[in-house]
Amino acid sequence: MGTRFILNGVPQDVTEAPTVTLLDWLRETRGLTGTKEGCNEGDCGACTVMVTDENGARALNACILFLPQLEGKAVRTVEGIAGPDGALHPVQQAMIDHHGSQCGFCTPGFVVSMAVAHLNGARDFDNQLAGNLCRCTGYAPIIRAAEAAADAPVPDWMDDAGALEEVAGPVPPYAPETADALAEWYAANPDGTLVAGATDVGLWVTKGLRDLAPVAFLNNCTDLKGITVTDDTIRIGAMTTLTDLLPVMAERHPSFAELIRRYGSVQVRNAATVGGNIANGSPIGDSPPALIALGATLHLRHGDARREMPLEDFFLDYGKQDRAPGEFVEAVSVPVQPDRLRCYKISKRFDQDISALCGCFNLTVTDGIVTGARIAFGGMAGIPKRAAAVEAALLGKPWTLDTVTAALPRFAEDFTPLSDMRASSGYRLRTAQGLLIRYFHDISGAPASVLEVAP
Amino acid sequence: MTVQKPLPHDAAPLHVTGAARYVDDIPVPANCLHLAFGLSTIAKGRLSGLDLEAVRTAPGVVAVLSGADFETIPDCSPSAHDEPLLSDGTIHYAGQPLFMVVADTHLNARKAAALGRTTYAEEPPILSIDEAMAAGSIFEDGPRIYTKGDVAAALAASPHVIEGRIEIGGQEHFYLEGQSALALPQEGGDMVVHSSSQHPTEIQHKVADALGVPMNAVRVEVRRMGGGFGGKESQGNHLAIACAIAAARTGRPCKMRYDRDDDFIITGKRHDARITYRAGFGDDGRLTGVEFTHLIRCGWAMDLSLPVADRAMLHADNAYDLPAARITSHRLKTNTQSATAFRGFGGPQGMVGIERVMDHVAHVLGRDPLAVRRTNYYPEARAADGAPEGSISGKKKQGAVLDTADLAGRGSVRVETGTGSATRFGAVHSPGAGAAKSGVTPYGMEVEDFILGALTEQLVETADYAARKAAVAEWNAAHDILKKGIALTPVKFGISFTLTHLNQAGALVHVYQDGSVHMNHGGTEMGQGLFQKVAQVAASRFGLPLDRVKITATDTGKVPNTSATAASSGSDLNGMAVKAACDEICARIAEVVAPDLQAEAAQVVFQGGMVRAGQAEMRFEEAVQKAYLSRVSLSATGFYKTPKIAWDRIAGKGRPFFYFAYGAACSEVVIDTLTGENRILRTDIVHDCGASLNPALDIGQIEGGFVQGAGWLTMEELVWDATGALKTHAPSTYKIPACSDRPRIFNVALWAGENREETIYRSKAVGEPPFMLGMSVFSALADACSACGPHFPDLQAPATAEAVLAAVHRARGPA
Repeated sequence: MGTRFILNGVPQDVTEAPTVTLLDWLRETRGLTGTKEGCNEGDCGACTVMVTDENGARALNACILFLPQLEGKAVRTVEGIAGPDGALHPVQQAMIDHHGSQCGFCTPGFVVSMAVAHLNGARDFDNQLAGNLCRCTGYAPIIRAAEAAADAPVPDWMDDAGALEEVAGPVPPYAPETADALAEWYAANPDGTLVAGATDVGLWVTKGLRDLAPVAFLNNCTDLKGITVTDDTIRIGAMTTLTDLLPVMAERHPSFAELIRRYGSVQVRNAATVGGNIANGSPIGDSPPALIALGATLHLRHGDARREMPLEDFFLDYGKQDRAPGEFVEAVSVPVQPDRLRCYKISKRFDQDISALCGCFNLTVTDGIVTGARIAFGGMAGIPKRAAAVEAALLGKPWTLDTVTAALPRFAEDFTPLSDMRASSGYRLRTAQGLLIRYFHDISGAPASVLEVAP
Repeated sequence: MTVQKPLPHDAAPLHVTGAARYVDDIPVPANCLHLAFGLSTIAKGRLSGLDLEAVRTAPGVVAVLSGADFETIPDCSPSAHDEPLLSDGTIHYAGQPLFMVVADTHLNARKAAALGRTTYAEEPPILSIDEAMAAGSIFEDGPRIYTKGDVAAALAASPHVIEGRIEIGGQEHFYLEGQSALALPQEGGDMVVHSSSQHPTEIQHKVADALGVPMNAVRVEVRRMGGGFGGKESQGNHLAIACAIAAARTGRPCKMRYDRDDDFIITGKRHDARITYRAGFGDDGRLTGVEFTHLIRCGWAMDLSLPVADRAMLHADNAYDLPAARITSHRLKTNTQSATAFRGFGGPQGMVGIERVMDHVAHVLGRDPLAVRRTNYYPEARAADGAPEGSISGKKKQGAVLDTADLAGRGSVRVETGTGSATRFGAVHSPGAGAAKSGVTPYGMEVEDFILGALTEQLVETADYAARKAAVAEWNAAHDILKKGIALTPVKFGISFTLTHLNQAGALVHVYQDGSVHMNHGGTEMGQGLFQKVAQVAASRFGLPLDRVKITATDTGKVPNTSATAASSGSDLNGMAVKAACDEICARIAEVVAPDLQAEAAQVVFQGGMVRAGQAEMRFEEAVQKAYLSRVSLSATGFYKTPKIAWDRIAGKGRPFFYFAYGAACSEVVIDTLTGENRILRTDIVHDCGASLNPALDIGQIEGGFVQGAGWLTMEELVWDATGALKTHAPSTYKIPACSDRPRIFNVALWAGENREETIYRSKAVGEPPFMLGMSVFSALADACSACGPHFPDLQAPATAEAVLAAVHRARGPA
């Protein structure tokens, strides 16, 4: 039995090796060459496809999407965006009319992203298209096209939800359907690879050229997905995507939501999971600093045994986490609290870039005195790390610019950042200090970001 | 007439449905093989051991070739024959191909290529500009120097003299479609090659050379590229040659496409540069003289670096009338990727130098930089000036060099001066060496068509420059952490290949019995809309609706001896060649039908699908049939060569350009003084396309060129480590502008005018010039940094957040 999904309206049952990407399968096995390979790492969007499941339609990068991740879903490629009789989708016609294509190579990816946004009624086009790179047009005509098509009705052929039952049913053994089943599999295969959204693991295959066997796909573990909010805790299942985390944070911690908006792209956020972003131990993942600043607790599971720890304690050293073989991230939880969180991501490009540094600040000020301080950074050390010396320099002091200024030298005690292609050590340290100053002004309502300045 | 209509790109319906085919999309026979290169991991040294056993035994591998497998290793260079396909044992840069794998699938080839085991005798690489200068590691025998007037005397007499330097980063093309080629072996040893190339004739020449066959045994076809930007003028040679060799040896079709990381690591990029300057000026900001030194990092092989560095010198004046100038250019050889053509071809680097001088002068004087710029503009063309009479290009060349050199390449080095190239510069347009005449460039060309005075005035008004400049100052006074900046910068860009003989083009036009038109020309389609523009020309000549005209893939079997589609020349050259062919056919048809129309052939016009003379008319199709039945050929070639140009690149004198294209942009930005983060708020552009062949396509070039230029000077940063390894080798680490990086408000207008020179329908070239409109963003950022303190911020390019923060601190001065 293989992976079953629907492709442009037609059910498929494919038995390719589980680490064959959808892009390679489309282009090489099926001869559907409309979907392009631009980077083979999920950064350019030329391979964007529409994937529909019970939660609706979303855009994903086919180059880092393994076939088993499509189990029970429906895929629509650029070839399926036009109608069965060849009628153009409104976004296709608008792209022609508004001169949205030049060389045309990025165009299929744009068209799919635009069609998904159109289907979902999304009109924040800069966000919707942040994951699609174009080198020719300067984007202006593409946005004009997206705006022009926004009010057109959705063509009936775009509805894939009704056909999903055609591929419902039993799943392959490498795709456990519950956390219990996963726990059992992983305890028995401690050297195995867990694939959540594949936005990181995908590159092990496409760039690292690695073989991953044995491998388990977590996309069917529905009980690992979702966010539960109680009076005092927000519990985020490991398989919750960044897309699903965003609206929850928008209500409670808008600055975290803004950070998530700049996390990867729509395509990446639709695949990437909170658990994966933690478990891979990257020093430059963007969700750990924010979660640490919020005082998050990490929930780990091995077989039937569970344990928990403050999230910051999970990261031991570069590439090393406090996780036993066969143990996996089940959830992360944060306490419900008043919003004092601010998250600042510094990168060469605002959208879809990896942070040079990411600073998250969560200070409690009572009667003018700093009574609580949680400051965490990504990109400043080999792990996501709290600025303990800076926190100490602030605690118990009056919340003034003098206090902030006096604390700045302490950053050098907390961090000895690296120089790399994203930024120099000196810039990272100086800017980390700048971000504390920004927090001081920001929390009091002064304009603090160039993104908020109108022309 | 279909020219001047804003029609969509001819392939747009194919683009949006995914039906447009690129090289990797062409269906191949089932026995097609796939190639990958194994790459050097060191920048300089000798390959002391190469163990390919694991590569040979890897799954799917059919063949593995290294330099040792060739009697003569095929050459891939477009100029100096200094780029062996595979290393001959010497390592010149990290990323140099050492061996090639031929396997059953792309993935198996890549996996096998990673299994090569190498040992090296490493040598310290020459990486930086300083290291290359210290080691005397240069191309050519010494620096090129262009002079006008006596700069030393001018500086000595100047009320003010400034000195400075600016580092200018390189740029990765990041064409969305990576390099790719497909070779299909034919009977009798012939080869058909599909290549993602701007220069099919170059591919044909290099493949023929590698196979040891004449050029007539190789046919190269290019339907379209997924972006080129100069990166596919010479950098596709390696793939096409590798595929052709593997195809010849195995007898099977062979395809190669670089994985994106390999594409970054192997191929050349825009030249990075350091420009130092000394400039003298008066209290009003009028320059008295400027000395520039260009230090151009060319990488390991010559490629097109000489003409690139020349063009940087040729744009060291940009829009400014320099009374005296001395431009010295060093072309540095380093152990890095061989830098290559990239939109603007050195022009942008040269222009950034003089624009920096303008900002520096304005800072010293405390004047509005725009006022300083306008003070220094070339004299405006007088409306009454007609196109100069006559041509100086007609003289027969003498003693032409005729060997198998790569004559069609811009890097062609056998014909760089005197014979074989342009005629030496004669008296007609020569102002004489050393004469500091007004309105004459540092290389002695009179600027006859200058319109930037009026164009700038229009932009000042439409962008509301004065009021917004004041508003920015007011905003800055009220804000401490965020600062705004605004700048208006001009572009004057010379149009023609500086290697004069490349300014020629051919076309082949057929009219079929049913009146439909099939056409080929030498230009390649990379997204710029060339095919559509040229089809519009043909439709206009025949008086037909556009849907009667079809252009098919560029094919060396249809139109031979083509120049690269480069130097913005595509529609100028090919439009004229197609026009010549169409007019030839029209003339033949007119001869046939004139008696029927009771007119002279010269009175017959082609219009609205009809062939007319006075009141008499017949349908085009009918006229075509009459011509066919009269046994008149309905097929013609067309040819065009650009008039008036002549250039001596060694002397640095002549008229290298047929005309100049102009434009100006006004950009407003905001920066964060705590982090250096910055973004563009608004950009207004007025750009000169002459009488545009297609305003929609031209505006597309302007918008896209501007954003690409702004990206070059802001977020796009190439970083090599101390060993010479490129660390920014994928879109995860190298950031081109994304959707939200375009200006919030983005107004583009075309200058209402026509080319004073006789170009195709009086239009102007548009491919490269708008790229340099991005300089307005850089100057605006410098302006914002200047608002942070009294000192000159000395902003360096690219203006990343880190560079902007450093400039903010320099402006503030020592704490």
